[in-house]
Amino acid sequence: MKRRVAVVGAGITLFRRRMLESPKELSFEASKMALDSAGLTLKDIQSVVSGSAPDAFDGVHMKGEYYLDGMGAIGKPHERVYVGGGTGVFTPIGGWWNVASGMYDTCLCVAEEKMSPLHPHPQYAFWSIFDQILERPLGTTLLWIFSLEMRRYMHKYGIKEEEIAEVAVKNKGNAIDHPSAQLGAKITVSDVMNSEPICSPVKRLDVSPPSDGAAAVVLVSEKVAKKLTDEPVWLDGVGWTLDTTHWTNRDLAYPEYVEKAAKMAYRMAGIKNPRKEIDVAEPYDPFDYKELHHLEGLQLAGKGEAPKMTVDGVTQRDGDLPVCPSGGLLGVGNPIAAAGMMKICELFWQLRGEAGKRQVKKDARTGVAQAWGDLMQVGTVAVMRS
Amino acid sequence: MSQKITSYPGHEITSDDLKEGKYLDIYYKFVPRYSWAAGVAISRFLDELKNGRIVARKCNRCERILVPPRMYCEQCYRPTDEWIQIKDTGTVNTFSISHVGTDARRLKTPILVAVIDIDGASPGMGILHNLGEVEPSKIWIGMKVQAVWKQPSERQGAITDIRYFKPLEL
Repeated sequence: MKRRVAVVGAGITLFRRRMLESPKELSFEASKMALDSAGLTLKDIQSVVSGSAPDAFDGVHMKGEYYLDGMGAIGKPHERVYVGGGTGVFTPIGGWWNVASGMYDTCLCVAEEKMSPLHPHPQYAFWSIFDQILERPLGTTLLWIFSLEMRRYMHKYGIKEEEIAEVAVKNKGNAIDHPSAQLGAKITVSDVMNSEPICSPVKRLDVSPPSDGAAAVVLVSEKVAKKLTDEPVWLDGVGWTLDTTHWTNRDLAYPEYVEKAAKMAYRMAGIKNPRKEIDVAEPYDPFDYKELHHLEGLQLAGKGEAPKMTVDGVTQRDGDLPVCPSGGLLGVGNPIAAAGMMKICELFWQLRGEAGKRQVKKDARTGVAQAWGDLMQVGTVAVMRS
Repeated sequence: MSQKITSYPGHEITSDDLKEGKYLDIYYKFVPRYSWAAGVAISRFLDELKNGRIVARKCNRCERILVPPRMYCEQCYRPTDEWIQIKDTGTVNTFSISHVGTDARRLKTPILVAVIDIDGASPGMGILHNLGEVEPSKIWIGMKVQAVWKQPSERQGAITDIRYFKPLEL
């Protein structure tokens, strides 16, 4: 029988293009902050789950074994989980298995990423995720799949680039209030429209930056949570699914794998009508259109309807469904695995009413965080409640 | 605790710091070499490209005609049944004009890239390829295209035996 799991602490470092700290040091800083905020020390932790995206960024093979002492994992059961960009939300899902199963009462979940080591650009690492026989000889870059997907999404539902740009404006604006943020800024739709074309229709300001950073949470069983705090945040639903790497055979206008993951998490959390029951959402936004795509996959907007919700202001911090109040990957930054975990941290703070200037206006009791990745094929979803 | 935290850990290295050599970094280059077996299905597919043909595999249970071909149907989870020659024409499902290359450096001439649904395969069965002999502004979703092949003597049994797809001449 599965047990209820609580989040009792969260920690995060600065997110920047290049950080002086090593992967171990970043992991230590985020973990220490999470433990301190839970009122725990490493001695209280029974297991550790870590997340980090491609080893190719660091050029360190078996990165999970390299960084584990910074994550407090020496001599403890430790596992590294990895589903590309979906890793950040998959990391606490891994922690949930540890605690819900009854194996452990306390689990530290840490996500770390340094993208800066790889030259000439971190994007280079993604070249090798494409099929080595049929796709790489064509000169692939990861940006292709985003631009191809964005164009198909716009075509299917008649969406304008200007409507999609509203997401970048909102998230970079929200990030001004996030102390860790790399790219908080007040920009306009025309700034986005006039930014340099990279892979049309994707332009410079449609994209999140490469970043270094780490984030962590502490998960505990219900019994331990009740001893530690009067205000635990429950991790009440988790879901994840993957599609095949035959991405050119897929409906590029709709992320079905996100829908399946979301339905799994909602079922577990007893959520029947997500649009009514979810108060705040942190969908994955490495590109502005992805936030819209994912809101639809998460059943928080009808197919093709997320752009209108955004233009109407529904997804602003003071709106009916605040989306990425943190500032998202577009604003806070995108150290891949750490960026997904940043969303879990944000829900923790939002649901406890501790998000300060970022606090959403409505009384937020239930939130959903989601990440996405690999070769456009994975959805990882977590539902949290206070 | 976000609002209770007064300082967030970490030290940024700026591009000026890098130029000034303010922090130590170590350069390293890793040059591995690989030789990939293309697999049962893709080896045949590449062989047929050499002959100027595109082939697919059919699953007789779900009746899908799969391209790129695979020896098993991932939906029915059973072996696929037969080889089928499909056409070298198709429809642009989506496209992009790429101003950056593999390593994210700016290109002088943009690459035109598309997902092309191949005629004769099941609906939505697309492959990734380049477009050519077309102005970027003249590409549209739904445009019919056809393969432009290398000369037989130049073909190597590679996806690049098709140079690119160009607008279909009716």
